[in-house]
Amino acid sequence: MSEVIVVTSGKGGVGKTTSSASIAMGIARRGHKVVVVDFDVGLRNLDLIMGCERRVVYDFVNVITKECTLRQALIKDKRQENLSILAASQTRDKDALTPEGVERVLGELREEFEYIICDSPAGIEKGAFLAMYYADRAIVVVNPEVSSVRDSDRILGLLSSKTRRSETDQAKVDEHLLLTRYSPRRVVDGDMMSLQDVEEILGIPVLGVIPESEEVLQSSNSGIPVILDLDSPAGQAYDDAVARLLGEQRPLRFVEPGKKGLLQRLFGG
Amino acid sequence: MSWFTLFRSKPRNTADLARQRLQIIVAQARAERGGPDYLPMLKRELLEVIRKYVHVAPDAVEVNLSNEGEHEVLEMNIVLPDREAGDID
Repeated sequence: MSEVIVVTSGKGGVGKTTSSASIAMGIARRGHKVVVVDFDVGLRNLDLIMGCERRVVYDFVNVITKECTLRQALIKDKRQENLSILAASQTRDKDALTPEGVERVLGELREEFEYIICDSPAGIEKGAFLAMYYADRAIVVVNPEVSSVRDSDRILGLLSSKTRRSETDQAKVDEHLLLTRYSPRRVVDGDMMSLQDVEEILGIPVLGVIPESEEVLQSSNSGIPVILDLDSPAGQAYDDAVARLLGEQRPLRFVEPGKKGLLQRLFGG
Repeated sequence: MSWFTLFRSKPRNTADLARQRLQIIVAQARAERGGPDYLPMLKRELLEVIRKYVHVAPDAVEVNLSNEGEHEVLEMNIVLPDREAGDID
């Protein structure tokens, strides 16, 4: 039985694509066959984060319009043979994704892959709607910041009303909270909402907390999902999140501020 | 906190403020969720009609939709001001 997992948020720039790339890579590293699909038609970016931008020949829309086969459009990751990528197209035609087309392609992907990760575009337009519609599980990526939390709540509303699971008698979409760009130091200083605050407001179980860390930018600069940098806090936090997603119990890390030295206290940083 | 900010008065806890504001707005959004799409519009127009006759605050009109058995109940609660203070004429 394969699973469709949507990575969504409502608000842009919170780390959906970064999270999609790392989660897909993380599941694949654990021996499962995974495909990650970019639903952001017109603003393709997953290929860049995955470092395969020069290997995109055909894309998701080409498969939907039957200009190519699924096999021709799938890009196999060079580092991890269990992982494939289906890039978004750069067309400006917003109607390029159709419900029937998406359903057919997801059906074909289900035959070959155990996990299908759908990287949703921001907003609540067609692309975001289609990315979540067929999902079995949803990872809601949230920053500890007012607009992100409010938009995430809106997305939770849509997950419970505008998905196939909600329209049929199936169990509801399994929702997970992934808190990104978390800074325990700022939480202690009273400048940032805590994990508990966000958890309480949204009321869904926590999958992971990714600390704000410089390695995330360095990784996207080089086209390497940050989960492959297991020396970095963000990489380790994603690894924990993936383990939990697959049913393992792991304590939360990186939610307490590190100790500061005297000099750091005096001169900031 | 660095050397330079040491002497400034402690800023207020804005994270707490964020949490409180979100709790209110999210509870409001959730209460409206699941209801028919026309509910916010209905509420707005009702408020306009009421305001033609009496001065009421925007939050003085409460419209709720609930289920009771097989029926859907539209409940409306309008807090009218004191007679003298509220009359337009």
